[in-house]
Parts: sequence; C-alpha cells; structure tokens
Amino acid sequence: MAEGALEKLVQKIDDGICIAIPPSRSGVAMQATRALIRQGRHGLHLIAIPTSGIQADMLIGAGCVEVMESAGVTLDEFGQAPRFVSAVKAGSIRLKDSTCPAIVSGLQAGEKGVPFFPMRGLIGSDLLRHRADYKVIDNPMTQGADPIVLLPAITPDVSLFHAPMADRAGNIWIGKMRELMTMAHAAKTCLVTVERIVDFDLMNDPLRAPATIPALYVTSLAEAPNGAWPLGLEGCYNADAAALETYARAARSTAGFRDYLTQAARQAAE
Amino acid sequence: MNAYCKEELLIAVIARLLDGVGHVAVGVSSPIPGSAALLQRALSGGATGVTVLNSRNLQTLNDGAGELFDRAAQGRIGAFFLSGGQIDGQANINLVGVGDYPRHRVRWSGSFGSAMLYFLVPRVILFREEHTRRTMVERVDFISAPGLSPPGVYRPGGPVALVTGLAVFSFQKARGRFHLDSVHPGHSLEEVLDNTGFAFDRDETTPETPAPEADRLDLLRNRIAPEIADPYPKFARAVFGL
Repeated sequence: MAEGALEKLVQKIDDGICIAIPPSRSGVAMQATRALIRQGRHGLHLIAIPTSGIQADMLIGAGCVEVMESAGVTLDEFGQAPRFVSAVKAGSIRLKDSTCPAIVSGLQAGEKGVPFFPMRGLIGSDLLRHRADYKVIDNPMTQGADPIVLLPAITPDVSLFHAPMADRAGNIWIGKMRELMTMAHAAKTCLVTVERIVDFDLMNDPLRAPATIPALYVTSLAEAPNGAWPLGLEGCYNADAAALETYARAARSTAGFRDYLTQAARQAAE
Repeated sequence: MNAYCKEELLIAVIARLLDGVGHVAVGVSSPIPGSAALLQRALSGGATGVTVLNSRNLQTLNDGAGELFDRAAQGRIGAFFLSGGQIDGQANINLVGVGDYPRHRVRWSGSFGSAMLYFLVPRVILFREEHTRRTMVERVDFISAPGLSPPGVYRPGGPVALVTGLAVFSFQKARGRFHLDSVHPGHSLEEVLDNTGFAFDRDETTPETPAPEADRLDLLRNRIAPEIADPYPKFARAVFGL
C-alpha cells in the first residue's frame, strides 16, 4: 500500500499548523517528511520535542517552515544543520529558542489539560528574555520570594512520528521511545507511520501494552517500511551514516540542497 | 614515566573533579567527559553511577526525554558537563550564536538542557578543548545559562570548574570569577593569558597539571576503552586504537 496511504496521511497536515516532531533518535517519520515536502506545504510551526536534526533542516530548506521552536537543531556527528543555520542568518524563519526540559514540561501540561507547568532554572538566561510567553511568578506555596518560571501548555495541532509496529486496531508500539506517548497524548491530531502491521493485539500483550499508544489517540496510520531512513529506528535498524553524510554535504549550499531534493523526489517516484 | 596522549590527560583531569560524586550524567558529544565518568566509576569500585545519553549499555533512563531533567530537579544527578561556543569570566555559557539574536552571524545548535541543568546539578564541569580568545570571551553574546544567580533564585547547582586544552580553572562562586589552578604540561602561563579573553585570579606560581597516574592509564586503556566505544566508537578507535 505504502505510497498512496502515506500521501493521504500527510495530506492531513494543513499549511500553517503547529506540528510536533521527535528527536533524531526517537522515531522520526522521514518518509512522511519527504512526502510533505513534495506536497509543498508552507507556514508550518515546527516544535521539536525537544531537539531535531535532518528532519527540521530539510523542512526549513524546502521552505515549509515559518516558526522553529526547539532546544537544538543539529546533524550531530555530521555537524551543524546547514539549512537551519542559513535560514537563521537570512531571518527567513522565526525562532522560538528554548531548553529541553521547558519543551517537555510544556507538552506535559498539554497532556494533562492544564494551562501551564512550573519549572526550575531559566531565570537569568537570555532564552527567557526572548520568550514573552514564558512567565515568572513567585512560588505561591512558600513564604517569601521564590521566583519560578511558568511554561505555557503545548498542544500541537499534529504530532507526526514513526514507530516499529501497529496492530490491526491501530494501537502503536513505541518501545523505549516514551516521548512519543506524550506527543500523542498532547496533540489534537496524531499521525503515525510504522515499519509493519502485526496481527496480534498489542494492548492485550502484558509485555508490550505499557509501551503501546492506544488507538484512540491515533488519527491516522500508514505502513512505511524503513520509514525513518536515513535516520535509525531503535531495535529495528541503525542510522545510515553514509546517507546522512551525503545530506550534510549537499545541504551546505542552496543549490546542493535543491539537487538533493530533486533526487529524493525522483527516487520516491520510482 | 608513561607516555600519554592529550585526551588521556584531559580524562584524568576531569575524573579527579568527579571524586565522591554519587551519579554522573553525560550528555551528547562528550567522549572525554564520558570516559572520565567511567574512570571515576571504576576508581570508586562502582560507588559512582554513570548514565551516558545515547549509549546502549550505559543507559539508566527509560521514561522519555524528560526523565533526566526530573532526576536533576530531584537532586539525583551529582555531576554533569556543559560546554559553550563562548564561555565568559562569570561562567556564563553561550550555545546559541555570535552577534545579535536572533539573526546571529554565527549560529550554533541551541541551548539543549543547559538552562535547567546548570541551575540544578551541584557539580557542573565546563569542558571546552579549544582555548582561544574566540571561545574564552570577556562577555558572551547570548546567555544560554548564567554562571551565577542573584540571591533568592533557587540554585542548588552551578559551575565548579572549567577544563580546556590548556589549563584547569576552578570557579569561585563568592567572587564570581575563575581561578587558574594548573597549566597542562607543554603549555605556559603566558599562553593561557594570551588566549583567554576574560580576567581570572591566579597565585604567584601556577602548578603544572599532574600527568595521568600509571594505574589510571592502565584502567583507561584496558577497561574504559571498550566501555566508551559503545556510545563513541570513532573516539575509542582514534584514542585507544580499538
């Protein structure tokens, strides 16, 4: 089925929405990301939970992104994220720089249906100075001054990620990638690609159920074998270092990046 | 005397700073701090615990991206490592960029967990191998996380030391300044002064950083090398020939 179902899944992502994506080691839906780029989406507000790499870099380079909210965008051992850096210097994306625990806490507030979450730290950081939506109050639970930061709840329009398996009922097994559970809980719409669909009931398996996202959180699902490539998927396959190196080199220039996208689109069509 | 390489010296230096710590967490892109944490674990007979992010076998986290921070907030992490594209004399660190925010003329990845962990982990060791006026600046262009907090701000943690490719500094919280503790073998005080953009305290004479002890080198090469190869295979190959 793969391609048709994947294209349909990605069509549920409208221009201009707020979309949450996982870190490079936790189930990045790369095949869906390439489909999103081919469909020419724009104006997206990307929230990395809490960091991103090639996925954000490609979406930024392809002109899909208006706002980048993250605690870090990097290609890790393959260096800086070149399209991200270039967009920052050009001023073509709006930045909402943050720190990992602030993003995670905001998402947890969204998951709990409360308006904010308090967090220690951040006071005196320039991150706080540039985030008008982060507020400082005095801890009301103690006597005397004790300033603490409140982070607004994050409720993404869409969470998009890739997981090892789903069952026929649409339950999703995520293994150790627990942040995917929070992403599914907090988002209004959850779009998931999986390596494979299994015939047994994940929710009825005591070993797998604790790491399974119940189907009621999942809006749409598509099978996409090798769907995290060139990134890896824990327990399934490692990252493709040569392919990541190829990307890092190509994306150093606008022209190189364009060629890379053209080639990726040609490969997808084949 | 044993021959040793620069990385082994830095690992031994950092391991000394971890003496007595209950649990050390090691972030990403940190093969030297990671090796130091594992050396301390070995020296402590296992009393010091170690978590290395993104490793397979040195992993104690299983509750998602937030668990490390929950642990830090509860006081379960004794030591952590931070770095910076710029580090200044008040121990402010900058992981964001050079120039005016947001359109920096040099942009780095971002602040990661620094804006929380720097406040909450009791022993934060700053490690940046490049020691030049580009990295060791008078004042950072962007404060990802401040070295000091005003009275009244909850801050059980903060910087205790800065280790570079040239020297070891301790951070004196009361004075808000670094103190030069030692200069690495093969380098001089003049070199440190020439390459440091901030003012720091020092004694009349500054000792040389002690070489790694023979038993440490032995542990490193025979026991730690295969352990650090799990998260950092390239580093283990380059430094220990694994």
